[in-house]
Amino acid sequence: MTASELAVRLDEVHLTLESAAGPVNVLRGVDLAVERGESVAVVGPSGSGKTSTLLVAAGLERATRGRVTVAGRDFAELDENGLARLRRDRIGIVFQSFHLMATMTAVENVAVPLELAGRSDALARARASLEAVGLAHRIGHYPGELSGGEQQRVAMARAFAPEPALVLADEPTGNLDRDTGRAVMDAIFALSARAGTTLMLVTHDPALAERCGRRVRIADGRISADG
Amino acid sequence: MADWTLAWRLARREMRGGLAGFRIFLICIAVGVAAIAAVHSLSGAIGAGLARDAQVLLGGDIVVRTTYRPVDGETRARLAELGPVSETVEMRAMARSGESAGLVELKAVDAAYPLAGTMRLSNGLALGEAFRGLGAVAEPTLLDRLGLEVGDTVTVGEAQYTIRATIEREPDRSVGLFTFGPRLMVDRKGLRASGLVRAGSLIRYHYRILLDRPADSDGILAGLREEGLERNWRVRGLDGAAPGLRRTIARLTLFMTLVGLAALTVGGIGVANAVRAHLAAKRATIATLGCLGATPAFILKLFGLQIAVMAGLATAIGVIIGASVPFALQGLLAEVLPIDPEFGVYPRALLMAAAFGALAAALFAAWPLAAAARTAPVALFRDVHGRARAGRGAGFAVAGLAAALAALTILTAPDPRFAAWFVAGTLVTFALFAAAARATVGLARAFRGAGPGALRRALAGLARPGGETAGLLLSLGFGVTVMVAIAAVEDGFAEQLGDRLPRDAPSHFFIDIQPGQVAEFEGIVEAEPQVRLDQLMAHLRARIVALNGTRADRAEVAPRARWGLNDELGITYAAAAPEGTEIVAGTWWPSDHDGRPRISFDAQLAAGFGLGVGDRITFNVLGREVEAEIANLRRISWDSLRMQFTTIFAPGALEGAPQTFIATVRAAPGAESRLTAGMAKVLPNVSAIRVKDALDRAAELLVRIGLAVRAVAAVGLAAGLAVLAGAIAAGRRRRERDAVIFKVLGATRRDLARSYLAEFLILGAVAAMIGTALGLAAGYVLLEEVMGLAWTAPLRPALATAATAVALTALFGFVGTWRVLGRPAAPALRQADR
Repeated sequence: MTASELAVRLDEVHLTLESAAGPVNVLRGVDLAVERGESVAVVGPSGSGKTSTLLVAAGLERATRGRVTVAGRDFAELDENGLARLRRDRIGIVFQSFHLMATMTAVENVAVPLELAGRSDALARARASLEAVGLAHRIGHYPGELSGGEQQRVAMARAFAPEPALVLADEPTGNLDRDTGRAVMDAIFALSARAGTTLMLVTHDPALAERCGRRVRIADGRISADG
Repeated sequence: MADWTLAWRLARREMRGGLAGFRIFLICIAVGVAAIAAVHSLSGAIGAGLARDAQVLLGGDIVVRTTYRPVDGETRARLAELGPVSETVEMRAMARSGESAGLVELKAVDAAYPLAGTMRLSNGLALGEAFRGLGAVAEPTLLDRLGLEVGDTVTVGEAQYTIRATIEREPDRSVGLFTFGPRLMVDRKGLRASGLVRAGSLIRYHYRILLDRPADSDGILAGLREEGLERNWRVRGLDGAAPGLRRTIARLTLFMTLVGLAALTVGGIGVANAVRAHLAAKRATIATLGCLGATPAFILKLFGLQIAVMAGLATAIGVIIGASVPFALQGLLAEVLPIDPEFGVYPRALLMAAAFGALAAALFAAWPLAAAARTAPVALFRDVHGRARAGRGAGFAVAGLAAALAALTILTAPDPRFAAWFVAGTLVTFALFAAAARATVGLARAFRGAGPGALRRALAGLARPGGETAGLLLSLGFGVTVMVAIAAVEDGFAEQLGDRLPRDAPSHFFIDIQPGQVAEFEGIVEAEPQVRLDQLMAHLRARIVALNGTRADRAEVAPRARWGLNDELGITYAAAAPEGTEIVAGTWWPSDHDGRPRISFDAQLAAGFGLGVGDRITFNVLGREVEAEIANLRRISWDSLRMQFTTIFAPGALEGAPQTFIATVRAAPGAESRLTAGMAKVLPNVSAIRVKDALDRAAELLVRIGLAVRAVAAVGLAAGLAVLAGAIAAGRRRRERDAVIFKVLGATRRDLARSYLAEFLILGAVAAMIGTALGLAAGYVLLEEVMGLAWTAPLRPALATAATAVALTALFGFVGTWRVLGRPAAPALRQADR
C-alpha cells in the first residue's frame, strides 16, 4: 500500500520523555499503518503508551526516533506552526475532558477551528455541525449550561466541523455514563462514516473497541497485537 | 489583518469570563500612571502660571542687575531707549526700634515702580504718598517683630522712617528660597538718608525695562547678555522669572517622576505576576487552541490583545486620576505656592504618563505572555513540568521595550543624567534580585532535608520547581528598595526640618562690616563675655569670565558646574589657610608669597570645569579683570555652616579693591539679642543674620516639599502593597492545597502555621537585606545629588522600614493561609478538585 493511501503511518517510532526521576521510554518502536476511512481502537493497560501513540499521531508530541506521516505529510518536514496548521486543516481531536472554552457558546466553540482556518462561513458551518449531533436547540448555550454528554457532542461537532481526514479520540466516553457514552459513540461513528473520516480512538471499554474495524493492543510501549 | 480580526473576536469572547484576575494589574499600572500624570500636570500648571505672570514676577520684560555699583549714565540712557525703565536698589540692613533690632530686606524704588503688576498697601495709600517726608512701607512681619504699628518710626542706618502702611502685595517680591528678612521699602531719597550706600557694601541695583517692542526681546537680551559678561551684569528675560522657584519645581518634578517611575516599576512586577496568573488559569484554553490548530503567534495575538485592552483601561484610569489631582489640590496649592498655577489639562503631561504606562505594561507582560503562547498543547494530556519558556524573539522584544522605556525616561527627564542613573539602578536592582532568587532556591534545595519539620517544609516550599519564590522575592525586594529609599529621603528632610544644628555651628553671621569698622566690631564682640568671634574675613563678589583664557560663554563645563560661571561668587583672600581647610591637590602659598595672583579653589567646581592645579581662571572683580593661577584645590563642606568661599586669593591681588568683611560669631542664647541690638546701634550698617532664623526660613519651604515627598511616598507604598498582596495571592492556592493534604495526613494547624511563617520570614529576610542596602544607596543619590540635601545615614528608619516589610509579608502570607487552616479539609478538597 502506498503512503498516499494511508491516513496514518508510524515507522519504528520511539518516544522518550524527561521526568524528574530521569528519562522514561514511553514508546519503544511502534509500527502502525492506518488506511483512509479505517476505524482503529487503541487498547492496552494504563501506562502502556496508548495516549502517547495518539499524541505522536496528532503532532502534539515529537517522536524521539522514527518516522510519522499523517495525510501524506511527513512530520519531520513540519515545524511547530506547520504541525498546528496540519491539525487545523486535517486532524480533529476529541478529549476525555471535552476541553470546551467556558466563555464561549456551543456554536462559538465549534466555530473556532473553522475561524482559525479563515472560513468566512464558520458560524453557519458550526451550526450545521451541531445540528448533525442533535444539538440544534443548544447552540447559544455555554458549556456550563450543558450536560456532560452534550458537552462531548459539542466537542465532537468541533472535531468534525472542518471535515478532517483523521479524527483522534482519547477516551471519548471516559467521563460519561454508559448510556450517554453509547449515544456519543453512535454519533462519532455516524459522522466518520458519513464523511469517510479515519478514526483512531484510545479506550478502555471493550464494547467500544469491538465497534471499531480494527483493534491495536499496546503493551510496554510496543504493539503487541493488531487485528 | 484577518488574523488580528479573528484574534480580537476570540479575545472578546474570552474576556466574557470577567476581569477579576486583573484587579492588581489595573491598580499597578493606574497608580504609576496617575503619579506621573499628576506630577507633570502640576509642573505644567506651575510652569504656565509662571509664564503667565512672568512679567509681573520679573517686574518688566528684562531685568539688568548689577552688584555694588549702579550702571553709568550713558548705559542708563541706552536702556531708557528700549522702553520705560524702573531702577530699584536692594540690600540687607538692620532695622531698629528702641531696644529691638531685626534684619530687613531694604528696597528703594523710583517713581516708575512698579512697571508691571500693582503694589497694594494696607490702607489703599499710593506709594508716592507713603514715601513723602521719609516715609516707608513694610511687610506686617517686621511690625510684629519690632512691636510696631503703622504710624510708628523705625531707624535704619542714620535715617528714621515713619511706617505709613503695610505691604499687602509686592508684585515682584522674590519667591526664592532664601529671603532673610521682611521687606522694608523706601524711595531713593530715603535710601540716601540712611547713609548705607557705601563702597563695597553688598548692594544690588535692578533696572527693569518694559520693552516698547517686546517682539525684539530675544535680540535685545542677547546683546545685553554679551555686554553683561564684560561688565559684570546679570541679565534676565521673561523665561528667567522666579529662577529659584523654577529650580525647586524642576527638582521636585524630577524626584517625583522618579518615584512615579519606581512605583510603575514595582507595579510592573505586579503586572508580570498578574499576567502570569491570568495565563496560568488559561493554560487549558491555550493548549486546546493549540490542539485545534492555533499557532503560538496567533495565541500571542489573542492574549496580547486582551492585555493591551486592560493596559489601555488602566492607563486611562491613571491619566484621568492624574489629570484630576491638581484640580483636587487647588485649595491646598494656593496656600503652599507663591504663585497661582494655571490649572488645566496638559496633554503633553498626560501623553507622557500614558506612554510610560503602556510601555511598562508591555515590557512586564511580554515575557509571561510569550512563554504562555508557547504552552505545549500536550499539556492537556500530561502534566508538563515547569513553565513554558519564552523564545529568543521574546528576549529581543523585552530588550527593545526596556530600551524604549529607558529612552523615554531619560529623554523626558528635566535632568537626563539622573534619569540615566535611575535606569541603571533599576537594572542593577532587577539583576541582583534575580540572582538572589536563584541563590535562595539553590540553597533551599541544598538544605531541604535539614532542620526541624517546620523549617524543612519551608525550604521545600521555597525550592519547589516552578514555585513563586523568584516572583515573590523580586516583588518584595523591589518594594523594600523603594520604601527604604523613600524613608532615607524623608529622614534627610526631617534632619533639615529639625533644629538639629551642627554642634560647632556659629550662631550669627555679620555682613557688610566696612574695613574701617573691623576694629570696632572686634571690640564690641570681645566686650560681651558670652560671645566669641569665630571667623572674620574679607568679602568681595566676583564673576568668572574666562577659564585658561577661554571666555566663560564658550567654555565647555559639566552641567553641574554651570552655576559657577553663571552666578557671582563670594571670594576672599588670606595669607594662611583658614582653620579646617582640607587641601586635596597642590599646596598652600608660603608666608613670603611673592604677590602673584594665585588662588585656592573649590575642588568640586574645578572638577566640573575640568581644571587642576596650575590652570588659570580670570575673575571680574568690580569691573577689573584678574587672572589667577590655581595653587591648590580644597574640599568644601557647605553644610558645616562655617564661612566658606569657593575662591581664596593669596595676599597681594585684592586688598586694594572695595570690600567689606564678614564675621561668624558664637553667642550664648542669653547674649544674642544684646549683641545684635548693641551692634545695630553702634554699627548701623552692619547686618546680623541669625543662623537659626535663616535655617527656619529654609525649613518653611522644605516643609512644603516634605509634604509632596510624603504624598509621593504614599503612592510608592500603595503600589508596593498591591504588588505584595498580588504576589502572595498568586501562591495562595498552592499553599492552601498543600495545607489541606498535610491536614489529611495529620498535620496540626500549628505545624502548618509554623512552616508557612518560616517560608515567608526567609523570603522577607533575603528581600530586606538586599533591599535595604540598595534602598540606602538610592536614597543617598536622591538626597545628595537630586535634592541637594545632606545624607544622614538613616540606618534606623531604613531598618524599621525593612522590618515592617518583612512583618507585612509574613502577615499577608500568613493571614491568607490561616483561614484555610481553620476550615475542615473535605470542602477544600472538593474545591481543589474543581
